[in-house]
This record gives sequence, C-alpha cells and structure tokens, in this order.
Amino acid sequence: MNAEPLLLSFRLAAIVSLLLLLIGMPLAYWLAFSKWRGKFLLEAVVALPLVLPPTVLGFYALGALGPRGFLGRMSQALFGHALAFTFGGLVIASIFYSLPFAVQPLVAAFESLDRRLLDASAVLGAGRTRTFLRVIVPLAWPGLVTAVVLSFAHTLGEFGVVLMVGGNLPGITRTVSIDIYDRVQALDYAGAQAMSLLLLAISFAVLCVVYGLNRRVWRPWLAK
Amino acid sequence: MRGVRIEPAGVAAVAGEVNSSMLSVSIRKAFPSTARNSAAFALDVSAEFPAGVTVLFGPSGAGKSTVLDCIAGLQRPDAGLIRLDDAILFDGAQRKSLRPAERKIAYVFQTLALFPHLTVEENVAYGLHVLPRAEQASRVESGLKAFGVEGLRGRKPAQISGGEKQRVALARSLVTQPRALLLDEPLTGLDTGLKSAIMEDLRAWNQANGIPIVYVTHTHDEVLSLGERVVGMEAGRVIQTGTPREILGAPRTRLLADAAGYENFLEAVVIERRPEDGVMRVQLRGKRMELEVPIMEGERGDQVGIAIHAGDVLVANEEPRGLSARNVLAGRIVSIEARGYAAELKIEAGVQMVAHVTPGAVRALGLETGKPVWTVIKTHSCHLVKV
Repeated sequence: MNAEPLLLSFRLAAIVSLLLLLIGMPLAYWLAFSKWRGKFLLEAVVALPLVLPPTVLGFYALGALGPRGFLGRMSQALFGHALAFTFGGLVIASIFYSLPFAVQPLVAAFESLDRRLLDASAVLGAGRTRTFLRVIVPLAWPGLVTAVVLSFAHTLGEFGVVLMVGGNLPGITRTVSIDIYDRVQALDYAGAQAMSLLLLAISFAVLCVVYGLNRRVWRPWLAK
Repeated sequence: MRGVRIEPAGVAAVAGEVNSSMLSVSIRKAFPSTARNSAAFALDVSAEFPAGVTVLFGPSGAGKSTVLDCIAGLQRPDAGLIRLDDAILFDGAQRKSLRPAERKIAYVFQTLALFPHLTVEENVAYGLHVLPRAEQASRVESGLKAFGVEGLRGRKPAQISGGEKQRVALARSLVTQPRALLLDEPLTGLDTGLKSAIMEDLRAWNQANGIPIVYVTHTHDEVLSLGERVVGMEAGRVIQTGTPREILGAPRTRLLADAAGYENFLEAVVIERRPEDGVMRVQLRGKRMELEVPIMEGERGDQVGIAIHAGDVLVANEEPRGLSARNVLAGRIVSIEARGYAAELKIEAGVQMVAHVTPGAVRALGLETGKPVWTVIKTHSCHLVKV
C-alpha cells in the first residue's frame, strides 16, 4: 500500500484544522455574542458548504485560485505562481469547505456559556483577552476539541473540492479519497478496499472521541 | 460576630473622608418591544447612594437589575450621568462610558457567577491579576478569612454549599477593594440566620471602607433587616425613597404595597373628608361598604388604594360592640390554611379579606369554613396608596 496519499491527507487535515481553529474562534465569538441584526447573513455563508455540492465550491475556488483569480493573482505577485493545483491552494479551498464544521461547534460552545460568568470577569477587571483565555477557553474546550476533530475528519475525507482545485498530482494534491477513486478506476479493488477501510476506521474513531468527550466533560458540572 | 479585617493600604490616609463616598445615578434607557418581549419598557431613574447599605426595592420587572448593570457598565444607558465620587463612569452628553473593568465597582450577581473551573482560592484571586504576587496572596488570605471560607480554598464551587458560595462571591468582589458594591439579591434562598450573619460580616467590612453598597431585593423582610435607606422602584422609575419603615409602612403604589407584603389591597373612592378628626370615609369600589381611613391630601371623589396587613385584621365570632376600631365588616370564612405559626383565613365580607390569626385563636373561637364572622380593622391599619 502506498502511504503517500495518506500522509498527504493527514498533513492537509492537520494544517487546515489548526488554521480553522484560529480563524474559527474569533468568528464564532462574534457570531455567538454579536447583537447585530444582519448576523444571519454571515451564519448562512458559514453554513453554505454544508449544502453546496463540493464541485460547485471547487469550481469557484478554482476560479479564485487560478492565475486570473483574486487569490491566484495575489499569490502570483508574492510567490511567482498561482495557487490552483498546489498544496497551498488545497489548504485555502479546504478551509472554506470545512468552515462550518469548525465554526458551528464553537458557536454552540460559546453560546452555552453562562453570560454572567463573562460579566463577572469584566467587572473583576479582566479585558477581553483575559476573559477569553481564563474563562471562555477553559469552559468551552470540549467545543474547541470538537471543532478541531470534526474539521480534521471532514478535510480528511474531501474529494470533490480536491479534484476541482488540486487535480491528481502525486505527493502534492493526490489525497486518500482521490487515490481510492483512482484505484477503482484502475480496477485495483484490493488497494481501494484497504484504503477505504482505513479511512472508515479513522473516521469512526474520531467521531467516538468527539461524542465521548462531550458527554464526559460536562457531567461533573451538571451532576452537582 | 466574626472579626473582619481587610486592611487596604490607603485606609489610614483616607480615614477622614471615609463616609463621604457617594454614587449618584441619573439615567434613561428605552427597551423597544421585541418579538420575544412584546411590551416596551423605559427606565428613567435618578437616585443617590451614599456610603452604607441602600436597598433598591421593588417588584420583579421594576428594572432594578438593569440599574445595577448600567452602574457596572454591563449595559449602556441611552442618556444620563453616573458618578462615583469624583469619577464620571458614564456621561451620555459627552458620549463617555468607562468599561466595566475600569469602574472599580464590584458586582455580586443573583446567580453569583463563580467560575466553575476555578477553585475557591483562584476565584477570589481572579480580580487581583494586576497586583504583585505577594500582595495578591495577602489579599486573598484576608478575603478568605473575612468571610470565613479559608477552609474551602481548594474546593470547586460545585463542592460547596449555597451559603458558602455566597461568602466566596462576596470575598471575590471585595478583595479588589472596589469603590462601590452592587448586590443583586445575592442572599436569596438562605435562611434568615445565615443571611444576617453574612450581612454582619459585610457591614463590619464596610466600617473600615465606607463605600456605597446597593442591595437589590424584592422581598420585604430583607428591606427591614438589611437596609439603612430604601429606594423604591416600580416600572422603571423611582417611586419613593426613605427609611425601611417609611417605605414598608406607607408604600405609595399598589405594586410597592404588594412587594412590601400587604396581603389586602382594596380600591375605594373618597366620599367624605373630616380633617378635624384626621380621618376620611371611603366607599369600596363597586360596593356599598364604607371604611374610615386616615386622611390624606386630595378631595372628595378621589380614587385611593387601601393596603392592610393580614396580621392587622381582627376576627370576631359575634358582632363586636363598644370598640374603638371604626371598621367592622360582617362576612363568612371561605377557607382556613396553616401558614407557618399562623392560620390564614380567607373571609368573604363583600370583598375578599385575608386575616392572619394564631392557631389558638382558631380553636378558641371555633373558627371553621362557612362560619359567619366579623372582621375588625383599625383606622390606622389602613395604609393609603396611590392608584
């Protein structure tokens, strides 16, 4: 079995889920606490990848990342090449693709916090950063882990977007799911079988972690 | 009483002005009706809170907590001015508003809001992060001692009792040496003994500090036991200010009367004024019955409310004669219910009256449901209230 696609997928998923945590936290903080009436617009944008066919998302991403696209031109100017069919392009597209999987658990976790705890922190002289680090993160950390794990798993399994944006370049953009598709096309059912089983096992394990965590962590506080 | 000593560094220096502290509030804030809350609400409050305990009293929904939130900076008034001594915390005209962290005001919420993931000690230290470590440690130490929770330092809030939580919340707020303290029904649910023990500790602490303490409550027994001054609020406005006895003895509105624990409230019209006797006669609205009540300003035909404590309603099992009490209403007992050490009688006497008598009186008079009785109300047991 060729491990290269698997390692590539893991690298992509790890980078994307960490970046998504960094982007997702302020975004989710704003979505959870803002009183702006037009908030639903941003909520809808964040949720869009849930309902959009990955090919559609991939199509627009390709446009944006290609030599004539906004991001592509920026990259051309900075690094001398556009982003389509590169690993970097894949990371950017995947961030959009997995955005709801990071943001929604974070919003849910932030919204379930007792507002008065945040008020108490403010009255006791804490600024936003201190409140975030000392109160929000420790109390919402199962939500943080859920966000990372779900966006990791979701990125690991992406296919349509990768195909549109990344193509099928071994070591650069050939991820596990592309590899499986490739093998089936080449009638290598045994290889496809092995890869598929592995992905299934990983996804199942990841979801077990998420669900198990969200139960256990809350129990001590709920019980008393 | 526990000896309480949190010795702020500057106490000796400012000892001369210890009692000159003043929190003055004059704010307006409109809450337009929303899908969730259909009734629009307007807050329009002016009040002064000098050093010592002032009770902010009124029925639920009067806007008391909103006033505290505005003082603390957690909600922003539409207009007005909030000053604490020389410091301007909020000035609508100048569009100036200090952030909560800059106001040096401590606020103990109804829910207490102890951080569940931190220990008692870490909770108490939370507001001290700007101080040097040694100073932090000594303040935490004296705070824990002052409120008698030094034995709980390693526990999480979930592992301590309700009364202990309240002590920890007070300690956490006061170690920051605030210039004012806001308390939003923090002692709700505690029994009276525990409540007054905690208030004793708080008073003792404030002997040295002399800061304004605003204590929000809607229960009348807390008004009597806690406050030196009372500000009575209703529907977003200050209705009345005075001593606890003044407010509870003569509430100016129906809702304040309810909140002050008057079980009987009758609506009536003034039919005759006798200033020479200091009384007037009123007729109960929609009834033929008349009562004699203390006189108040106004004229014939005025609408008044009459608030009467159930404990001030006497009950007789035959028609009383030769009484000094002027108001005797014949009626019939509708129900008898035990209420702690008293029996609560509901009497249909043209109007429904509630009377509290002792269980001994119930036995001695042979009171039972359906029995005809006479209720007797002294003129000065009738408290007149604006309607």
